[in-house]
Amino acid sequence: MEHQEMIPHLFRTEYSKIVSVLGKLVGFEHIEIAEDIAGDTFLLATETWSIKGLPENPAAWLYTVAKNRAKDHLKRNNIFFEKVKPGIQRSNSELHEIEIDLSNKNIIDSQLQMMFAICHPLIPAEAQIGLSLRILCGFGIEEIADAFLSNKETINKRLFRAKEKLRKEKVRIEFPGISEIDARLETVLTTLYLLFNEGYYSLSQNTTLRKDLCMEAMRLNYLLADDPHTNKPPVNALLSLMCFHASRFDARLNQNGEIILYDDQDTALWDENLITQGEFYLNRAATGDKLSKYHLEAAIAYWHTKKDDTAEKWESILQLYNQLLQVEYSPIAALNRTFALAKARGKQTAIIEAEKLKLTTNHLYYALLGYLYTDIDNQQALTHLQAALKLSKSTPDKETILKSINKIQEYR
Amino acid sequence: MPTGSPEEMQSMTKQWMDWIGSIAAQNKLVDRGNRLGEEGKVLRPNNVVTDGPYTEIKETLGGYTLVKANSFEEAVELAKGCPIFSVGGTVEVRPIDQM
Repeated sequence: MEHQEMIPHLFRTEYSKIVSVLGKLVGFEHIEIAEDIAGDTFLLATETWSIKGLPENPAAWLYTVAKNRAKDHLKRNNIFFEKVKPGIQRSNSELHEIEIDLSNKNIIDSQLQMMFAICHPLIPAEAQIGLSLRILCGFGIEEIADAFLSNKETINKRLFRAKEKLRKEKVRIEFPGISEIDARLETVLTTLYLLFNEGYYSLSQNTTLRKDLCMEAMRLNYLLADDPHTNKPPVNALLSLMCFHASRFDARLNQNGEIILYDDQDTALWDENLITQGEFYLNRAATGDKLSKYHLEAAIAYWHTKKDDTAEKWESILQLYNQLLQVEYSPIAALNRTFALAKARGKQTAIIEAEKLKLTTNHLYYALLGYLYTDIDNQQALTHLQAALKLSKSTPDKETILKSINKIQEYR
Repeated sequence: MPTGSPEEMQSMTKQWMDWIGSIAAQNKLVDRGNRLGEEGKVLRPNNVVTDGPYTEIKETLGGYTLVKANSFEEAVELAKGCPIFSVGGTVEVRPIDQM
């Protein structure tokens, strides 16, 4: 990797490791200290490396500096005695005993525990995603603002409030107990799912950033799947879902960051390796007695990795959506189910079902009706597509709808 | 118990799933409910217990599904797609009175 590209990437991954380990040590009360120390470390690295060049082992260099800074800080501010080892008499010799464990195992453990602390049901999902991006993924405030199509001030406020809340409620950076882990894991998985979707469906034009968001969600999910505490069926199912979706990442956007619809994608650009991984994790998810929505969504995504339109494919997808909607209703699942119904049972059947949905504020609802009426009643199709165009907000959506309108008009 | 060839059974299952899926897609499903087994016990006053559902009535309750609807008409619309009609069954739409 080029020097210029490598440093931000390195900072991002190492930031999260250092903040998690130090954060675990000092708790949420002092999380800012952990963040400041990591920030200072990178500042020093940028200055030093630009003069002396990259050290042989940049990560080790960062850890040494971070450790020393942390020790200094803890010493200076009495935090060590108040927080880390209360009750110990202050003496110089003991200060040298401050252990800051930056071993691989402790880094991973700390990151996992931090994940549970951040993805806490006490704070809103949006704040969980923001904090995850900052602390677990090492994203800058500006990048987070860009991903949320927001500004730095709003994001800063959101993160500040979330940290305050976690502090006030004395949320600890630790693994939940065995009896709670499934419920807490559900919140963590929801956040990872939203984080991935933020990248996958974001309106941000910054394609690299969007891909990074997806990759980070996957990295965190891998950590969960690799750890015996958290290697549970829904964790594997979500990871499988992400792998299948990510396999189409390069095929679904053109060079301008515009969406290429599934039917028009170049399958040569689908990542076979990720598809294989998705299958691996889907198999691993197939244990236990609970079918999560991630299982169903992963199975749907699996069928989408098969491009050929077979009766089996669409029948399977339809039945999976039938099940998914019973587990959790969402307008998008209802629309997708109706699309699958059209493929499996024909457009006439699907039109009857579509009109029952009455999602009259959703542009995708009218886009679906437009699709279903195309070649059956083109006048109706156009009316629905015009309604879709009126309701749609983003430029890529408008362009997609306009293409469908033009297609119908060409045939007239 | 439903009878028929595996293909018929599968097609029947699909019809049920499509019907439930359709209600769920309208966000009107509360609980898909369950089928009820044919056997049972009937309890009467004074500890009288007999086998089987009521034998006096021709129709026995075969299963239930909970839906949410703003009116009887809406609930009746949802019930119209029930595959039980294809095997000669009927559907009864009843409100739940909150206790």
